[in-house]
Amino acid sequence: MGKNFRMPIIDINNLSFTYAGTSSPSIRNIDLKVDKGEFILLTGPSGCGKTTFCRCLNGLIPNFYNGTFDGSVKIHNLDTTKNAINDLAKHVGMVFQNPENQLFSLSVERDIAFGPENLALSREEIKKRIDWALKVTDVSDLRDMAPYELSGGQQQSVAIASVLAMKPKILVLDEPTSFLDPKSASDLLKTISDLNRKLKLTIILIEHRLDLASKYVNRVLIMNEGKIISDGPPSDVYNEDMYLLGVGIPKITLLFYLLKKDGIKIKKVPVYLEDAVDILRKRLP
Amino acid sequence: MIEVQSLDFTYPNGKKVFQGVDLQIEEGEYIAIMGENGAGKTTLVKHFNGLLRPTSGDVIIDGINTKESSVASLSKKVGLVFQNPEHQLFCETVKEEILFSLRNFGFSDRVANKQKDKVLEILSLTRYEDVSPFTLSGGEKKRLALASILAWDPKYVVLDEPTIGQDNDQKIKLGNFIKQLVAQDKTVIIVTHDVEFVADTKPKIILFSKGEIVAQDKCVNILTDKKLLHKTSLLMPQIGELMLSFPNLKTKEKIIDVFTARSFLRKELKK
Amino acid sequence: MKIFDGFKFTKIDSPIHRLDPRAKLFMLLTIFSLSILFMNLLVLTALFLLQLPMVVIAKSTRRWISSMRGGIFLAGLIFFANSLTGQTLTFSLTMMIRFLVLISSFSFFFMTTSPDDLGLALEQMRIPYSLCFTFTTAVRLVPTMAIEAQTIMDAQRARGLELDKGNLLKRIRNYIPILIPLIVLAIKRSIELAEALESRAFNTSGKRQSYIVLKLNSLDFIVISLAMLFLILGVYAYLNLSIPSLETNFRLADLLPW
Repeated sequence: MGKNFRMPIIDINNLSFTYAGTSSPSIRNIDLKVDKGEFILLTGPSGCGKTTFCRCLNGLIPNFYNGTFDGSVKIHNLDTTKNAINDLAKHVGMVFQNPENQLFSLSVERDIAFGPENLALSREEIKKRIDWALKVTDVSDLRDMAPYELSGGQQQSVAIASVLAMKPKILVLDEPTSFLDPKSASDLLKTISDLNRKLKLTIILIEHRLDLASKYVNRVLIMNEGKIISDGPPSDVYNEDMYLLGVGIPKITLLFYLLKKDGIKIKKVPVYLEDAVDILRKRLP
Repeated sequence: MIEVQSLDFTYPNGKKVFQGVDLQIEEGEYIAIMGENGAGKTTLVKHFNGLLRPTSGDVIIDGINTKESSVASLSKKVGLVFQNPEHQLFCETVKEEILFSLRNFGFSDRVANKQKDKVLEILSLTRYEDVSPFTLSGGEKKRLALASILAWDPKYVVLDEPTIGQDNDQKIKLGNFIKQLVAQDKTVIIVTHDVEFVADTKPKIILFSKGEIVAQDKCVNILTDKKLLHKTSLLMPQIGELMLSFPNLKTKEKIIDVFTARSFLRKELKK
Repeated sequence: MKIFDGFKFTKIDSPIHRLDPRAKLFMLLTIFSLSILFMNLLVLTALFLLQLPMVVIAKSTRRWISSMRGGIFLAGLIFFANSLTGQTLTFSLTMMIRFLVLISSFSFFFMTTSPDDLGLALEQMRIPYSLCFTFTTAVRLVPTMAIEAQTIMDAQRARGLELDKGNLLKRIRNYIPILIPLIVLAIKRSIELAEALESRAFNTSGKRQSYIVLKLNSLDFIVISLAMLFLILGVYAYLNLSIPSLETNFRLADLLPW
């Protein structure tokens, strides 16, 4: 009874969803297969449906939000329409934009304990998980502090730790760096990347700061008007059309697209700073 | 002109934010107030319309000391657009939302309606005139908040974190809009930590750290200064990093945005 | 908004803060019961003054004073409402002092007890978890909503709204631009909180294991015993002893022309 290693950990087929009380679908005919350990960046212009899409990944849609749900979403082979959100929470952890509304307690330790407490784990197991979650997100020294005493970046790290304490195999993050300053955003993205590499967590990250996030991923999904319009490595996906659509492709990439238009011969438009520097180094007098 | 002289400010709960801040903002300037979260940026701009009054020191708007003036009368000159538009929206229609401020400032119905039509047109919101503001999308709400402040044509326009939650397209439109405002002789002040937006629109930067001004300069100079950026939790714009890797290139001033880089490199690479 | 400061918990290291919430609940219950039971000005004043040393031990004097200042307006209202409707001076004072005793004891309780610990205490007293959680979250959100209300007021004042001008009717109407955003944002916040809760497997149907357990120590038992003793003595005194009552027949209303 061997496991089929090629079975995707997230398997979405022809997914469409229309919120109750609205007339048109927020997402339509989405097909997606994600393998274990992938780190995927999801982006798109405002209103493209990315928030709706990620709510389908842990069962908030259709179990918390009412509406017309078509197609199927299977997480770890569990159908999200047939499983309660609190069961799915053991497989998929979700981190939201605003740290203020996802930390409930007056101490970091208690916030991290919250999820495991809900799973009715033993006290010893809860303690083990708290220690582990603090360690992997590098916030052990914040254990006894109150969330309001922390900086935005620290709060988001604690939010991630609280979700990890439930030991999900998949982590979904909805614009976690929105309210953070550039340096904290960069640090948080690095922490997320470390979790992907060291713990082999499958990660879906919704993010606008493509210049900071792209270097950690090898697959980017771009959504527009409820559909996935592009799916591939950053160098394939970032092009001028996306820029015109409203996607904030890295400035380096935009620059070289414009230079290409100006007649400069460029074989491969760079996505990363190092590649851009290389190209210029070879060409400049 | 906005003058800040020896500003000290401490919150009632004892948190000290500024000690001895001095600055001057001339009419018609485009300024970005930057610094790490908690450096005091929003606290500072709340002094410009009297929402906060100095613990000691003075804030003088066009010759009037804010200590001797009400928030309502200062707001006629200084329009402050808050970061979250949902802190303002309460009317039944977009139209009412705009008329609210105009009525507060005593505009006659005739003038108020003219202003309302004008500002809805400028911000492409005319088709939403009779719609409930609560049904607008996030980006539209932000435009509405901006419209409701511009409605009474304040001389100084202050935007608190205008780019948070906006996609690239919306940011480009906002940048163009700010250029228009400056061309109309308005003074525009933005509070932000969005270095890419600043690199594209090139305001003069006043950089704060821990309640003190650590630098005041053209944005190309500040956004390429690694030490200053590190001190204030900012990062260098990507193009800035790229161009700094080639210190031997002769440029008029440092390059931090795509379009200047393109013009320059186009010539260099064709050689 | 100052009055909310008096109900906000702050982490201070004091003997009172370290007491088990159940001990503090007993203290609160005793003061509350006795203040409702007795109509006697002397007793009520004594109950009020009794709290002062405790406030000092809890290192919360400044905050307690600001919450009292917030309550003074309502207290004065109670005094005048009673006096002007023909009650004796003593009666009006009694009602006012009773109100102050209630405000100060509840304020003191919430200042020194963290909402988390309170929720745990309620849970351990076998109150259903969903109720405890609702209560704790509500308490936790009070300071958040107070800050939000302030931001909304600032945002509307920046649009020319003047909250301190006009007759009473106009002033009340001026609060609509404050209330509506506050309510809308409260609903939004609740939805976001609910999403986060669901995503952390929050549920009221299954079992739940608490990580932290509150244990009563000897000091807690002493405090509970003292509180119970006080309560019993108080009820006994009420039923059997007669306490001087400083009763007068002076009525403020007599001074008025009507």
